[in-house]
Amino acid sequence: MAKFVLDFEKPIVELEKKIEDMKEFSSSSNIELSSEIAILEKKLGKLQKEIYSRLTRWQRVQLARHPDRPYSLDYIKLMAEDFVELHGDRLFGDDKAIIGGLARFSGRSCMFIGHQKGRGTKENLFRNFGMPHPEGYRKALRLMQMAAKFKKPIIILVDTPGAYPGIGAEERGQAEAIARNLREMSKLPVPVIISIVGEGASGGALGIGVGDVVLMMENSWYSVISPEGCAAILWRDRAQAPQAAEALKVASADLRDLGVIDKIVPEPLGGAHRDPPQAARILKAEISRELNKLVKLSPEVLIKRRLEKLRAMGVFSE
Amino acid sequence: MEWFKKVRLGLKPQKKREIPDGLWTKCESCGEIIYKKELEKNLSVCPQCGYHFRISSQDYIGIILDERRLEEHDADLQPQDPLNFRDSKKYPDRVKAAQKKTNLKEAAITGLGQIDQIPVSFTILDFRFIGGSMGSVVGEKVARSIERAIHRKLPLVIVSASGGARMQEGILSLMQMAKTSALLGVLGDHSLPYISVLTNPTTAGVMASFASLGDIVIAEPKALLGFAGPRVIKQTIGEDLPPGFQTSEFFLEHGFVDIVTPRSQLKRTIALCLRHLL
Ligand SMILES: [Zn+2]
Repeated sequence: MAKFVLDFEKPIVELEKKIEDMKEFSSSSNIELSSEIAILEKKLGKLQKEIYSRLTRWQRVQLARHPDRPYSLDYIKLMAEDFVELHGDRLFGDDKAIIGGLARFSGRSCMFIGHQKGRGTKENLFRNFGMPHPEGYRKALRLMQMAAKFKKPIIILVDTPGAYPGIGAEERGQAEAIARNLREMSKLPVPVIISIVGEGASGGALGIGVGDVVLMMENSWYSVISPEGCAAILWRDRAQAPQAAEALKVASADLRDLGVIDKIVPEPLGGAHRDPPQAARILKAEISRELNKLVKLSPEVLIKRRLEKLRAMGVFSE
Repeated sequence: MEWFKKVRLGLKPQKKREIPDGLWTKCESCGEIIYKKELEKNLSVCPQCGYHFRISSQDYIGIILDERRLEEHDADLQPQDPLNFRDSKKYPDRVKAAQKKTNLKEAAITGLGQIDQIPVSFTILDFRFIGGSMGSVVGEKVARSIERAIHRKLPLVIVSASGGARMQEGILSLMQMAKTSALLGVLGDHSLPYISVLTNPTTAGVMASFASLGDIVIAEPKALLGFAGPRVIKQTIGEDLPPGFQTSEFFLEHGFVDIVTPRSQLKRTIALCLRHLL
């Protein structure tokens, strides 16, 4: 089923294949193998528990980057109805690495915004591997301010390996675009729910990541810099990325412990790519629950609480 | 090319003469040998080519604030090690080394001062302290300087020099970008002016937060500015970068800096802008 298999997934995938083959052989040859199959299935369950209960941070980074992992448009399709995608920043162009639009979610029209990666080389080039240019952040802000104007809640899905480091991106003010979003998102008079669904790389993620509630899927990562970027600078060797991932504490449990996210959203066993519809159902339930609480708050209370949460970020002594 | 070799050989002994320790220094940009005292008198700007040498936060305080005086606030804020971070060095050791080297407690100094008799809330970053990087303390000091401006109804001036968010404090450093930017939103609601001064270099997480959000953005000439570092960009696109890319003048040309002004005119320019806005 899975086209791409990570190293630590291999024993599981191999055992699954063995079970499948055995079942097929049993039915085609009419030989009774159910007890053997049951033993293997039990073994599989144990193996899965063993591997997935003690994933390293680096293994989670790999799960977050799994090419079969659901992306923003997959989640929107699975969680919401009547999606109308909206394009362009009205200033320069339409960035393909950030998508946005209106959709019905839990009985309400909401503004959805998300980073968008592509599947396969061609689509990934079209999406610039989910790495936005300034026009992506400006499109996102335009849509958020439209949502504010029409009093629609905003649901944001974060999944990026970083804002794009390129000539055009600098010419058009990548830093300014992100900075402006940070300031303006803190003032939006409607509920803003952030879900980190895959990769949360630095300013590229935070640029659409300021909200009332921050959810984080179990196997996603979020940090000030990618493990590779950090390894290149501090270890002078990108190959030390696994070590950097540990040092940076990029996993969902770390961020919960540091008080940066509000809640971890569990994934199907083995990761969201093993069962995207189920992953979307769990995420939808969590977002709905938060949304139902937030819609009861006045704009003043929303903004005040959002600001207080941001204001309290940081650890220092005095 | 025989003549060329000879010329080069001929130059060698002269090169040795160029470094009589302590009194002279070489311009990093044009190679001119400058008498150190003259360089200092010229605010560490090369008299030959106008190159702005990197100077300390204390030097900037002397150049910008009246009577070279900053009434420092929040001086006792100290970084912690929430991630228990270690690369080749433990993070607390890195901090201690930086404190010893710079005689500063952190990369930001904040307080109250006057610029041409205009009282301001003032913060300055010092690049010598772990690359002027923003962790929790720098973020908190910037945040408090914004709040001080609001409470005392003062304009805000921040002088930046930073490689970005501090890796050793991980995600908490990233959150300082949101914290400081959100508070600047509040400052704006109070119609209090914020002047952001960009010095060499101001990049990444600092540029992508408070440094870019000035009502007026002033940069020193030829400072390196930007979101991504030039090396990363070069690696990503696999081409050489155009000349002058990511300088103050480049960002002036592309509309992200209001004024590029030499160090000698910095104080005057800030004061002039504040007088117009207040
Ligand atoms: Zn020079």
